[in-house]
Amino acid sequence: MMLVLLSIVFLVMRVTGDPVSAILGGHAPLEQIERIKERLGLNRPLYVQYFDYLSGLFRLDLGRSMIWGQRPVLEEILEHFPATLELSIFTFAFSVLLGVFTGIFSARRHNKPPDQLIRLFGIVTYAVFIPWLGLILQLVFGVYLGWLPISGRADPRMAPQMVTGLYVLDSILTGNVPSLIDSIEHLILPTITLGIYLSGIYTRLTRTHMVEVLQKDFIRAARARGLPERMVIYKHALKNAFIPILTMMGLQFALLLVGAVLTETTFSWPGMGYFLYERISYRDFTTIQGTIVFLAVLIVLVSLVVDMIYVYIDPRIRY
Amino acid sequence: MAEGLLRIENLKVYYYTRDGVARAVDNVGFSMRKGETVGVVGESGSGKSTLGLAILKLVPPPGRIVDGKMFFQTIDLTDLDEKEMQKIRGKEISMIFQDPTTSLSPLMKIGDHLIETIIAHERVTRREAEEKALSLLEDVGILPERFNDYPHQFSGGMRQRVGIALALALNPDLVIADEPTSSLDVIVQCQILDLMMKLKKLYDMGMILVTHDIGLVPEISDKIALMYAGQIVEFADINSFFEEPLHPYAEALLDSVPNIQLSDQKLRYITGNPPDLVNPPSGCRFNPRCPHAVKECREKEPPIIHPEPGRVVKCFRYEERSDED
Amino acid sequence: MARLSFPRLTASRLRRLSPKRGVEYLFAFTGLVMIAVFLFMALFAPAIAPYDPNKTRVGELYESPSLRFVMGTDRLGRDIVSRVIHGTRTVLLVTFSSMALSSLCGVFLGLISGYAGGRFDTVLSLFMDSLYAFPGLILAIALAVMLGQGIMPVTTSLTVVYIPIYFRMIRGEVLSLKENLFIEAARAIGAKDRTIMFKYVFPNVIPSIPIVLSLNAADAVLTLAALSFLGLGLPADIPDWGFDLRMGYGDLTAKIWWPGTFPGLMIVLLTLGFSLFGEGLSETLSPRLARR
Repeated sequence: MMLVLLSIVFLVMRVTGDPVSAILGGHAPLEQIERIKERLGLNRPLYVQYFDYLSGLFRLDLGRSMIWGQRPVLEEILEHFPATLELSIFTFAFSVLLGVFTGIFSARRHNKPPDQLIRLFGIVTYAVFIPWLGLILQLVFGVYLGWLPISGRADPRMAPQMVTGLYVLDSILTGNVPSLIDSIEHLILPTITLGIYLSGIYTRLTRTHMVEVLQKDFIRAARARGLPERMVIYKHALKNAFIPILTMMGLQFALLLVGAVLTETTFSWPGMGYFLYERISYRDFTTIQGTIVFLAVLIVLVSLVVDMIYVYIDPRIRY
Repeated sequence: MAEGLLRIENLKVYYYTRDGVARAVDNVGFSMRKGETVGVVGESGSGKSTLGLAILKLVPPPGRIVDGKMFFQTIDLTDLDEKEMQKIRGKEISMIFQDPTTSLSPLMKIGDHLIETIIAHERVTRREAEEKALSLLEDVGILPERFNDYPHQFSGGMRQRVGIALALALNPDLVIADEPTSSLDVIVQCQILDLMMKLKKLYDMGMILVTHDIGLVPEISDKIALMYAGQIVEFADINSFFEEPLHPYAEALLDSVPNIQLSDQKLRYITGNPPDLVNPPSGCRFNPRCPHAVKECREKEPPIIHPEPGRVVKCFRYEERSDED
Repeated sequence: MARLSFPRLTASRLRRLSPKRGVEYLFAFTGLVMIAVFLFMALFAPAIAPYDPNKTRVGELYESPSLRFVMGTDRLGRDIVSRVIHGTRTVLLVTFSSMALSSLCGVFLGLISGYAGGRFDTVLSLFMDSLYAFPGLILAIALAVMLGQGIMPVTTSLTVVYIPIYFRMIRGEVLSLKENLFIEAARAIGAKDRTIMFKYVFPNVIPSIPIVLSLNAADAVLTLAALSFLGLGLPADIPDWGFDLRMGYGDLTAKIWWPGTFPGLMIVLLTLGFSLFGEGLSETLSPRLARR
C-alpha cells in the first residue's frame, strides 16, 4: 500500500499539471521553461521519471530544492523535524489527557446535563478552525493580556544549546532554566490550539466506550467487592475501554500532522508544516513533493507501530 | 437481634423506565440469623435479583431504593453513603454473580483479581495477599499454577470457582449468590453447589441464594423466601415448606414439578401470564392465576400473616390462622 | 400505596410520545437552521450586503466596528460585513459542488466496484484505500499546488479528496447486501445486473448518505479555508474567508482584531452548522440504522 501511496503522490505532482509553469507563474518564455525542464529531467518520458523517483526514494534521496541553492530536500526537512516533533509530543499528550478525562467525566454522568454539554463541546472543538482559534488565543493571551508570546519557538536570545533539537529537553539537559521557561511559554498557545482541536475525538470515543464498559457485569462485580470507585473507573473500566482509544491515537497521527501544518503557520512555529507552507508560497515543486512523500511515509510507519502495540496490549489476541 | 445477621423491612426498589415505573421489589421484609441460608426463589422478573443487589446497594439506574430499611448486624445499611458501603462490600457482605464470564475483567489475571480485592480491604503486603490468594484458590479447587492465567483461559465452571474465591476472600458474614449455577451445565452445577456447601460450613457464613430453580433450594438452604411480582408471598423453613406449602403459588409450583414415578401424567403448569411490574394486577398480584381466588383477592392486598412462628404467608386464605398467633 | 415522584412520571410520558427527542434532535435542528441562514446569505448577498465587498476606501483604513461598518474595515478600507457575506457565496458554491461531485462519483464507483467484484474491485479498492489513508489536507495541498488557483481547481481538489469516503461506504454496504437473499431472487427471475444494482441495491444504500454528506461538508469547509489560508485557494479578487483571516494576522499586534476575527468566525459557524446537523441526524437515526 505504501507503494500505491507513493505512486499517487507522483501522479499528482507530475500528471496533473506542468510543474515548471506552476513555478514560473505561467508567463515565462518557452525556452526558459524547456531549459529548466531539461535540467530537472522533466522532459523525459513519464515511466523513466517514475522509475527515477522510486529508486531515489529507495536511496532516501528526495531530490533537491529548486530554490535555495539546490540543497537536498531531505536535509532541509530533517532540520525542521525536531520543532514539529516537540510540538507534536506536547500536543498529543495534552489532547489525549484532555479528551480522555472529559470523556470519563461525561460517561459517569451519562445523559445528564454535563454530559450533553460535553458532547456539544466535542462537536464544537472539531469545527473550530485552527488558525481562527489560534488568532483568538493570540489576541487574548498575547496581545491584550500580554502573558504569552504569540510566535516562534523561543526568544532568539534565549534559545538553548542544541542537543536533541527539542528545546524543552535541551534546556533541561543543559540546566538552562530561563531558556526552559521561555520555551515552555512559547509552547503553550500552539499546544492548546491544536490540542483542543484534537481532543474532541478522544472525548467522544472515550465517552462512548466508557459508557459501554461501565454497564458491563465485571464493573458491577468489582464494585461488589468493595473496590474504591476510582480504582473501578481507571483500573477496570478505562483499561478495558482503552483499546479503541489506542487505535484512534494511531489514526489521529495523520490529523496531528495536518493540524501541525496549520498551527505552525499560525504561530510561525519553524517546523515541517511551516516549512511546507513556505515552500508552497515559493512554488518549490521538488521540495513540496519531497515533503509530502516524507509525511506519507511517516504516517504509514506510525500506523504499523500502533498495530504492533495493539497486539501487545490485548492478552486475548496474544494467547 | 443479637444473633441477627440481616433484617429487611418494607423494602421498595423501583425502576423508573421510559415505559413507566417498574416496582421490582415492593414492600419486602424478612430476617435471617448468622450462618443461615435463605433461598430466594422466583421466576424471572419476580424481583429476586434486584433484592440481592439492593442489599449491597448496587441497584443500577434507572433503579433506586425508594423506601425501607436494611439492617446488617447492628448497622443500618440504608443510611450509609458510598464510601462506607465500599468498606462493607466484599468484606462483610459479598456477592457471587450469575455469569462468571462477564463478571471477571478480561484484561486481568485471576490471581490479580484476588490480590486486588484483598489489598483493597486489609492492610497487608502484596506478598501476604498473594499467599492468601493462593490458599483461596486451593480451597475452591484451582491449581496454583493457574494463578497467573487470564479468565478466558478457564472453563465456565472454573471461572465460577474463581468467582466464589473472590466472594470468600475476606471471610464475609453474608454471601449473596445470584443464580450462581444458571450459566453452567448440569454436571458442573452439582460440583459448584457441593463446593458452596462445603465452604459455607467451613467459614460459617450466612448465604442468600437467589435462584429460579426451586430444585436447588432444599440441598443447601435452611429457609425459603418465595417471591412473586416483587413481593414475598411465602417465607418458611425448608422442611415445612416442602411438606406443606401454604401459598397457592407455592402449591402450584411444587405441583408442576414433573414426577417420573407417576405414569400417564400431563405436564401441569400454572395458567395465566407473568405479571407486569409496571401495572400489576390489583389486589393480590397472583389473583389472575390463582385457582382459589375470590372477590376479595381482586380488591384488596392480602395481609402478611404469621400462621406459625417463623413462617409468613401473604394470602387471604390464612386470615383465620393469624388469630392463633 | 407507593409514593411516586411526580416529575419522573411526566418525563417518561413525554419521552414515550417522541421516541428519540433528546439533545440529538436539538443539535440537528440547530445545525439545519444555521445552514439555512448561510444559504440565505449566499443567495441574497448583493441585496443584503451593505456595500461592495471590493471597494477600497483609502481614507478609512482599519476603521473599528461601528454603526456604519458593523464589522469594521480592513487594511484596504473594505467593509468587512460585505466581504463576509459575499464570501459565503464562494464557500457554499465550492462546498456544495464538490460534495455533489464527490458523492456522485464515489457512490457510483462504489456501487459498480462492490457489485462487480473481481480484479477490478481489488485494484480500485487498493487505490481508494491509499487515497483515503492520505490525510485530507495534504492531498488537497498537493492537488491545489499543481492545479493552480481558481474556483474550478479548488473544487476539483476537494472533490478528489472526498471520493474515497463515499466509495468505501457504499462498497461496504453493497458487499453486505450482495449476500442477501433478495439479490439471489432477483437474479433468479432474470433481472440484469444493472437493474439489480440500481433498483435493489441502491435504494438500500441511500439512507446513510445524507449524514456522511453533512459531515463531509463540514470537513470541506475547513479544508477549503485551510487552502485559502495557506495561499492556495482563490485569486485575490474574490472575497474569501480563509484568505482574509490570513491577512488579519499581521494586524494583531496593533490590536486591530476585526479583519481576522470575523471571517474566521464565519468559517467556524458554517462548519459548526454542518457538523451539528450531521451529528444530530446520525444520533437521531441510529436506532434505525443499527437495526439493519
